[in-house]
Amino acid sequence: MAEPVLELEGVTKSYGETVITPVLHGIHLRVDTGEFAALIGPSGSGKSTLLNLIGLLDRPTGGRIVLAGEDTSQLDDTRRSVARGRTLGFVFQFHHLLPAFTAVENVMMPLMAQRGRQEPWMRERALGLLEEVGMASRAHHLTNALSGGQQQRVAIARALAPRPRLVLADEPTGNLDTRTADEVFALLRRFNVEHGTTFLIVTHDARLAGRCDRIISVVDGRIASDLPHVPSPPAPTPG
Amino acid sequence: MPFEWMVAVRFLREGRFQTVLILAGVAVGVAVLVFLSALITGLQATLVKQTLGSQPHVIVRRPDEVPVTLAPADVAVAARVQRPPQRLIALENWPGVRGTLEAMEGVEAVAPVASGSGFALNGGANRGVVLRGIDLESSNRIIDVCPRVVLGGCRLGGGEVLIGTELARQLGVTVGDTLRVGTATTQGQRFAIVGVFDLGSNEVNARWVLLPLKSAQTLLGLPGGVTALETRVTDVFQAERIARDAALATGQKAESWMELNRQLLVALRSQSSSSYMIQLFVLVAVALGIASVLVVSVVQKSREIGILKAMGTPTGRITRIFLIQGVLVGAVGAVFGGALGTGLAMFFATLALNPDGSPRFPVAVTPTLLLSAGTVALATGLLAAVAPARRAARLDPATVIRNG
Ligand SMILES: Nc1ncnc2c1ncn2[C@@H]1O[C@H](COP(=O)(O)OP(=O)(O)OP(=O)(O)O)[C@@H](O)[C@H]1O
Ligand SMILES: [Mg+2]
Repeated sequence: MAEPVLELEGVTKSYGETVITPVLHGIHLRVDTGEFAALIGPSGSGKSTLLNLIGLLDRPTGGRIVLAGEDTSQLDDTRRSVARGRTLGFVFQFHHLLPAFTAVENVMMPLMAQRGRQEPWMRERALGLLEEVGMASRAHHLTNALSGGQQQRVAIARALAPRPRLVLADEPTGNLDTRTADEVFALLRRFNVEHGTTFLIVTHDARLAGRCDRIISVVDGRIASDLPHVPSPPAPTPG
Repeated sequence: MPFEWMVAVRFLREGRFQTVLILAGVAVGVAVLVFLSALITGLQATLVKQTLGSQPHVIVRRPDEVPVTLAPADVAVAARVQRPPQRLIALENWPGVRGTLEAMEGVEAVAPVASGSGFALNGGANRGVVLRGIDLESSNRIIDVCPRVVLGGCRLGGGEVLIGTELARQLGVTVGDTLRVGTATTQGQRFAIVGVFDLGSNEVNARWVLLPLKSAQTLLGLPGGVTALETRVTDVFQAERIARDAALATGQKAESWMELNRQLLVALRSQSSSSYMIQLFVLVAVALGIASVLVVSVVQKSREIGILKAMGTPTGRITRIFLIQGVLVGAVGAVFGGALGTGLAMFFATLALNPDGSPRFPVAVTPTLLLSAGTVALATGLLAAVAPARRAARLDPATVIRNG
């Protein structure tokens, strides 16, 4: 159980070339398989920056990021996108669904994008995931026709479609009302429990952070506290 | 369907109005290409055909007589060399030369002609003419007179002539009349007019008198001889090369219609090159249109591109999605443009008609033309998409995602 899916060693990040703005100062962090962790901190503290580094969307200025046992600092862009597709799933504050496609096609998208073509099993898996997030009846709707909460559910199904080991969520409920936020959060928790998927969730919502197993707090680009949150309450059923 | 194609098609369908606009742009461009090429090709073919209506492709004569100095070659002589007046001279051993020509590749037919200047006389009317003594059957294979005989019949028995419409008018004669034909040095003979032809050129219609080879040889003082061998070749634009080969092979002087119509060829060539210029500019405009629409689409879709990258889509696939859009726009635009251009060309052909109902400006819309226009449109679409595609590939997903 104590197998690390993610290890950060002295990760630093600065922006700018002439005027250098340091954002992260030597982050050390280890996340094990099956964890359900919250990343909290004031606005501008560097949470999204950290998540983008872990997500291989950006490169650190210094330090090492080891993802699923692979040191990612030496990888070129192609290998990074392969590693991203194989290991990671993303859920963002804005769902970022593709409006030209239906819900089920959006869920299949990462599979098709990596394989380069559509295969029957992809549709089956996507429909199964939509079923799990309660969106089966809207599978063939264009995503513009869905509400914000429904779109976020589809986005979660999409993030989970490649069966990633680690899902990175940046304020996944930041755009939703309290009730919908609870439902979406419960959904993430359920995947964590049922599939053993590891989650790292950035949130401003202390109530939701309190429902995670671990709370990592970032202040001014440093990890200010990293507490296991015990006892972990069993995932409450939404509604 | 491969992933890239699927996404490309969806993106195009999604940007409905833009897609329709750019398709219309490509279609109009391709239509201009097809129409212009068809028109110019048709026009040029007509011009060439008209020119060749009364000219052999290659004409073989005896070389000009050149003066020779009698001094030894290594002695410098200051002399005023005067070219002798060119007499009417017969081709040496013309049956042998004819055989050599007929054996050459690309040569379809060879016919002898004995021609020289003379006069035609009817009562008080007297006109200078070109006497062309021919063997009607073989000569018809070079310059096809018979289908263009507009009055009377097409035959050349002893004592018979065929004359042009213009000469008939000037002399006030018609089929069934007789005509005195002779040369400066002979009295001339009476010939019966059996047919009047129209070879499409006023000059020819006013000056040509076609008579049996034997009669011409007698009148011109060339017993048994001919002044030239006229040749038809398979590919008219190879005439110049064949003429060069013929000159080498026979030791005679051979001239092609291309040398004799330099100005026409230069005109055709500059017409072609200006048409190419226009087509090039049209293509550039089309390419810029496609490129600008795709650039806008990349900007509009940067969020989607960012998310596709975040979910592990290789950069090459992102590039291809936009290249394919260019190709699709080019291909679909080419289909519409081909149809539009063909329709336009056909409509144009019906605007100006000859008296016989055939189009005065024939257009040549060939499958080759449509195919090459399509290929060019496709390539243009692909090239135009390169810059937008690279832009899409360079998009930084983190920036896009951060900015919502
Ligand atoms: N591309 C960039 N160039 C320059 N500075 C940047 C860039 N991205 C982020 N920053 C800066 O880095 C700091 C951390 O930003 P980040 O987005 O990580 O904060 P955050 O913790 O996610 O905040 P929030 O809770 O508001 O989302 C900020 O001061 C921000 O201005
Ligand atoms: Mg943030």
